[in-house]
Amino acid sequence: MPFMPVKFNLQKRVKLAQGLWMIYWLSVIVGILLFSLGIFFKIELRKRSEMMDNNESHLVPNLLILVGLLACGVNAFGGKVCHDSLDPIKFAKWKPMLKPFLLLCCGFNALLLLTALLCFLMQFAVYLTLAEGLKNSIKFYKDTDTPGRCFMKRTLDLTQIEFRCCGNNNFRDWFEVQWISNRYLDMSNDLVKDRVLSNVEGKYLMDSVPFSCCNPGSPRPCIQHHLTNNSAHYDYDHRIEELNIWTRGCREALFSYFSSMMTSIGVLIIATIILESVDMAGLKYLTTALETMEDPENPECESDGWLLEKGVKETFGDLLAKLKTLGKTNQVVEGGDAPEAAN
Amino acid sequence: MALMLIKFDMKKRVKLAQTVWFMYWFAVMAGVLVFSMGLFFKIELRKRSELMDNNESHFLPNLLILMGLVACGINAFGGKVCYDSLDPSKFVKWKPMLKCFLMVCVGFNALLLVTALLCFLMRIPLQFTLAEGLKNGMKYYKDTDTPGRCYMKRTLDLMQIEFRCCGNDNFRDWFEIQWVSNRYLDFSAKEVKDRIGSNVDGQYLMDGVPFSCCNPSSPRPCIQLQMTNNSAYYSYDHYTEELNVWKRGCRDSMLSYYGGLMNTIGLLVVLVTMLEVAVTIGLQYIDSSLSTLVNPEDPESESEGWILEKTVKETFTDIMDKMKSMGKGSKVDEGGEAAVATVS
Repeated sequence: MPFMPVKFNLQKRVKLAQGLWMIYWLSVIVGILLFSLGIFFKIELRKRSEMMDNNESHLVPNLLILVGLLACGVNAFGGKVCHDSLDPIKFAKWKPMLKPFLLLCCGFNALLLLTALLCFLMQFAVYLTLAEGLKNSIKFYKDTDTPGRCFMKRTLDLTQIEFRCCGNNNFRDWFEVQWISNRYLDMSNDLVKDRVLSNVEGKYLMDSVPFSCCNPGSPRPCIQHHLTNNSAHYDYDHRIEELNIWTRGCREALFSYFSSMMTSIGVLIIATIILESVDMAGLKYLTTALETMEDPENPECESDGWLLEKGVKETFGDLLAKLKTLGKTNQVVEGGDAPEAAN
Repeated sequence: MALMLIKFDMKKRVKLAQTVWFMYWFAVMAGVLVFSMGLFFKIELRKRSELMDNNESHFLPNLLILMGLVACGINAFGGKVCYDSLDPSKFVKWKPMLKCFLMVCVGFNALLLVTALLCFLMRIPLQFTLAEGLKNGMKYYKDTDTPGRCYMKRTLDLMQIEFRCCGNDNFRDWFEIQWVSNRYLDFSAKEVKDRIGSNVDGQYLMDGVPFSCCNPSSPRPCIQLQMTNNSAYYSYDHYTEELNVWKRGCRDSMLSYYGGLMNTIGLLVVLVTMLEVAVTIGLQYIDSSLSTLVNPEDPESESEGWILEKTVKETFTDIMDKMKSMGKGSKVDEGGEAAVATVS
């Protein structure tokens, strides 16, 4: 008893082939979309790799690029087969390849599922990398004369401006590091000496933040120095002042950006899996409809199409039996060799 | 003697019709492109209209949008005519309209050329609008509590950050206006009173700039206040310090941005004009070749196609004669009526 049989006449077969051809071309476009999203994601990770200690994993974008290219190839081939299916002569040369092709499509769908799963799971890795990377970025902010780190200040400033955030968890992270290079500190000044001596590590700490933390939406000019000293500024209370500098931390801002990107890509991949399954079902119907024509010479005859030749349980049982016989054949061959060797 | 005469047989006519149909669809897409460029330009002007005193001229983007829509319509119609030209029965219903349509096309092409020219010329009024608007923008920077101007500070800050510029001509423009609101000045402090007393207008002027002028590429944390006072900071010389704040003025940056945008759009419109001229010529060839069939009943017969039926001079004199005769015709009518009136 075939699984989900459908009767086909010539008109239905032609309609199926045409519809399937269009769906295959749509899938090619979706494949191109996946490829370009993979490239976009890779570029975004590269742009902010300094914030992540140059340590971020490029597994997901690379996998996306590969999957996108594979999707294009597989679907283009499928579209070609559909296009030729209406002409029996052309279809005859594709016929032997179809079974392996359908198995390949199954494998490809499994790969897509794996990619979608990774998109959702790798967000944790991104979060941890960001936390570590931002902490180091803030530490290296002042090292504008150290080769390899001289652009950290600019990158961090531009990130804070673009993502509207300040510090790692919040702006107080800046109070705990020295973010002014020693080259610009007058070490002979009493004030500077007091500050440097006031903590164990000899760092020049202050309750100030860089200018990139400033919020342009604030009604008053930005207060970045002496943030916790209410008397240093007229009519200023740091406990209730909300619009002065960005209150969000950069780890949260960057993570929400990347996680929303990865979630959307994951959803798109799931939609692609559904589309590919529809493609496979359509192709299976088309090939079975063309194989079971009652009179091969007469293109107008009726035929049957199905998804599986027997029911789901029987097909599954058949597969298992085949696997078992493969295993047994090996054993029998070994046993056959052994007696011969003994003789 | 026709202008640029070409002999056509059936195959050539079919090829011509197909090519011109293809080009017409390309031209429809070009029309869509012109429409979207007009829309984009309009949005960009709207985004920054606060900085131009809400006074900027939307003439050019509106014209581009109109041209794009008209181009789509005309080219779609032309494509339909080309498609039908291979079938004599369908072509018959389009034939009477073709001469008028070709005239309309020629007029439209001239209008496109004018639009391209405007794209290059409208830079000049824009320059004046920007200069005026930015000056006022900076003046109203501190008025974050005045309705209608409360977002000027934010707009100006975001613009200076995005375009990497400071002030109108340069950062010293900020030294000449009060950009700190009076609400945040302690009028009982001696320093504030001194500064206000030191100038005629009673403004709190200082040699400082807002934070949005800061250059993130500077190796040292941004120095925005007391900029001309070398002794206020360690190892600081304001004459040689280059990376601290943005050096460029915002009028220059915005003008170069909008100027570049308008130049690109102008160039695109010139290319679209050339495409339109090509399809108009193609349609004229199709029309003339289908009108001069040696044997009207036999579609396989030979025919001739041209751009103008007579030479340029003769066509021109023909048009002048026609216009004169039209003028004389109305005069004769009036004279005839007057004679009839007097006779009766």
